[in-house]
Amino acid sequence: MTATYEPNMVLETGKYRVIGTRPVRHDGADKVTGRAKYGADFSTVGLLHGAALRSPHAHARIKSIDTSRAEALPGVEAVVTAGDFAKDGPEGLVDLGETTGNIAFMRGNVLASDKALYKGHVVAGVAATSPHIAGEAVGLIDVEYEVLPPVLDAQEAMADGASILHEGLRTEEFGETGDKPSNVASHFQHVLGELEKGLAEADVVVEKEFTTETVHQGYIEPHPCTALWNEDGRLHVWTSTQGAFTVRSSMAQILDMPESKIKVTPMEIGGGFGGKINVYLEPVAALLSRKSGHPVKMVMSRADVFEGTGPTPGSYMKMKMGATNDGKITAAHAYLAFEAGAFPGSPVGAGARCVFAAYDIPNLLIDGYDVVVNKPKTAAYRAPGSTNASFATETVVDELADKLGVDPIEFRLNNAAKEGTRMASGLLYPRIGLVEVLEAMRDHPHYETPVEGPNRGRGVAVGFWFNAGMASSCDIAVNPDGTINLIEGSTDIGGTRASIAMQAAEVLGIDAEDVHPTVVDTDSIGYTGVTGGSRTTFATGWAAHEAAQDVKRQLVSRAAAIWDVDEDSIEFAEGEVRSKADPELSMSFKDLASRLADTGGPVVGSASVDPKGVGGSFAGNIVDVEIDPETGKVEVLRFTAFQDAGKAIHPSYVEGQIQGGSVQGIGWGLNEEYFYGDDGRMNNSTFLDYRMPTSLDLPMIDTVIVEVPNPGHPFGVRGVGEASIVPPPAALANAINQAVGARLTHLPMNPVAVTEAIQEVNGS
Amino acid sequence: MPAKTYVQTRINGEEVDFLCEPRQSLLESLRDILQLTGTKEGCNDGNCGACTVVMDGRIVDSCLVLGVEAEGRDITTIEGVATPAGLHPIQQAFLENAALQCGICTPGFIVASKDLLEKEPNPSEHRIREWLAGNLCRCTGYDKIVRAVMDAAGRMSA
Repeated sequence: MTATYEPNMVLETGKYRVIGTRPVRHDGADKVTGRAKYGADFSTVGLLHGAALRSPHAHARIKSIDTSRAEALPGVEAVVTAGDFAKDGPEGLVDLGETTGNIAFMRGNVLASDKALYKGHVVAGVAATSPHIAGEAVGLIDVEYEVLPPVLDAQEAMADGASILHEGLRTEEFGETGDKPSNVASHFQHVLGELEKGLAEADVVVEKEFTTETVHQGYIEPHPCTALWNEDGRLHVWTSTQGAFTVRSSMAQILDMPESKIKVTPMEIGGGFGGKINVYLEPVAALLSRKSGHPVKMVMSRADVFEGTGPTPGSYMKMKMGATNDGKITAAHAYLAFEAGAFPGSPVGAGARCVFAAYDIPNLLIDGYDVVVNKPKTAAYRAPGSTNASFATETVVDELADKLGVDPIEFRLNNAAKEGTRMASGLLYPRIGLVEVLEAMRDHPHYETPVEGPNRGRGVAVGFWFNAGMASSCDIAVNPDGTINLIEGSTDIGGTRASIAMQAAEVLGIDAEDVHPTVVDTDSIGYTGVTGGSRTTFATGWAAHEAAQDVKRQLVSRAAAIWDVDEDSIEFAEGEVRSKADPELSMSFKDLASRLADTGGPVVGSASVDPKGVGGSFAGNIVDVEIDPETGKVEVLRFTAFQDAGKAIHPSYVEGQIQGGSVQGIGWGLNEEYFYGDDGRMNNSTFLDYRMPTSLDLPMIDTVIVEVPNPGHPFGVRGVGEASIVPPPAALANAINQAVGARLTHLPMNPVAVTEAIQEVNGS
Repeated sequence: MPAKTYVQTRINGEEVDFLCEPRQSLLESLRDILQLTGTKEGCNDGNCGACTVVMDGRIVDSCLVLGVEAEGRDITTIEGVATPAGLHPIQQAFLENAALQCGICTPGFIVASKDLLEKEPNPSEHRIREWLAGNLCRCTGYDKIVRAVMDAAGRMSA
């Protein structure tokens, strides 16, 4: 298929005028000159600075809090604790986009009340005239703790006699509620066919246990926010968030006030990857503002970010899969226990639905456990749950192929899920592009190049993410010069102003540069879900498509009035309105735009959508590594990432998503982890010690964009933000196995782990 | 003893003076006192490079320099990279190579890259990766950033 090698290839399947081109992003000049305003750059008159007191203990009962010394410090204007929340606030669930949140737990996570459940859990907040005074005041708050033993991983938390985090928590299991306190919030199953029958049919069975450590999203911008509880009772929040409307609904529930009294202005956002959906300091800043009568700004330190936000769960997994000698997988069992952090709600549900997503397996059983531990409450992280689960699956699949003597890509192709395959959830797949991704991998020059030299190996793996739909809104105003202003509610985390604008431009037959996109606050646009779930280019792009259709309809109507002909005799095509009957009658979009003012007034198009035709995305990797036999360090020599984009609207930013996700997956696979002491304190809460990949650790990340159009989107878009993070840990593990003959079953595969594995193989 | 110190310095070619507390970093002084918010804070402990500025011809993490240490120095921040004639070739190369996603690390990368290309006009890929290893980016995987710097080197030597 691919005769010649290029570092970035697009296997293009649809031709458009604007879509598929690579214009400069609309917010580009602001972002390369330092003019773009992020959350921490916000300032306003009368601003106070907040600081948070965080628990030094991983698990402790809070016996008393005395704020009097802090309040007496000159410059301190307000101090708040959980006691400042409304008594008997609402209970229930709030929609966070890809996940839901339990309101009582959300409130409990924002400010600890009777117990501190992780080191870094916020206990009190202070507002003062400078950040330094606020920081000093935090040190003057006296808290009496009764320190309790922490539980730090899923297996420990599930053991009999484990220290209990929530006395009121009972296990939800198959519709029944347990009768005693437990750290297991829920246990669920997915079943297809008969597992034992399928295992009996297998000629080869592989069974392994896997563990992964807690990792963080690692966005470079620490969480910033400012809140102003105005004299009219309205709350205004400026924050860096993936979803301004999600912040609005979360704040409304946590503070027990109507959503209509809250306005959220999304500032530019410095990375999120799922970790900037939940609110953390926003409610604390709001309480401080109400108490002080001033706007209050709070910005986290890097240690606060590690210890109080994110992360994605550590996990304990058992995997058993069987296949016949002719290379068909007959049965699979996955046992997934994921750490939720201090409150229920790990992504084990999504992990369970992704664990066998790539394969057509007639008999399977998936057990999922959501387990609370004394770590920060986990948040979404790029394909949440799928990376953990796929590390286990793709390692076992690789070993099955190995034992059967089959090429690992051919083995995957032989068992690949396709349109009509039944998913673990019981539903059937719509059109998906896994086969095309695997074929692109098989046919790529990288795969045809031999791996040469000692201590070198090659690994492959694939991964899946569902992607999301959800509501989005868009308004388009036509300017007299034939450009348009595009108003949207999706915060732009990686170039979506461009990818959304390009879809509107395609419909109207204008250039990408003729669109002026603006991201606005929650008072200024219809409801729009989070920038997450790889949904923004899909759903907000669709809203832009529909708003542009609305503009087209109005322009046709206007032209009919100008020409005094019937609307049905006019069409809008190729950027112009024209009579279907009279070739003399035509006007370009720009000509007509210039005449709107004196032919009936301005044209504004508007649309809200809630699309259901979501198309899941598969990703795959080929990776070559070299192991230093002395130190165990893994060097990535060559990395090619493949992903089905459906349709790449702006290929450069699709490549960027694939490259960024791949490198996060490499970091997760090889190096990143939270180091905990026995006391439950994180020992590496800096970027020096929580070492994310640097430019020097990596080769170029080559990409292949596969386009299998999603029939559920007007341009075939699937969404590309997440699946790329899934395959790297398993692909690296498979490459390490080929290099040194050792299967690593624990993440990260750092030099110590690799050295130990080599020593075990060598029997030394 | 007065609570604040008077500092005279040069920023982006202009004579600048300000009052700062002894405990305020150069990063805080730039952002909170002088409203030069293009320089970003990512870690405040010298590990991410988002606050990179040039001081007397060397790139430094401005979070690790005190405001009072700016006295008598010559400082360039991201706000001083573009000129009235337009964007610097590195800024243009970042845009055309899609070398940014969220953009929070971008000012630091641009300041550091500009300093590299002024000292070494034709660096290898490895040299660029080595020079930029003190600047963390979590969005791009660095590929397009490295390509942008190579592209800018070509533009500047052309």
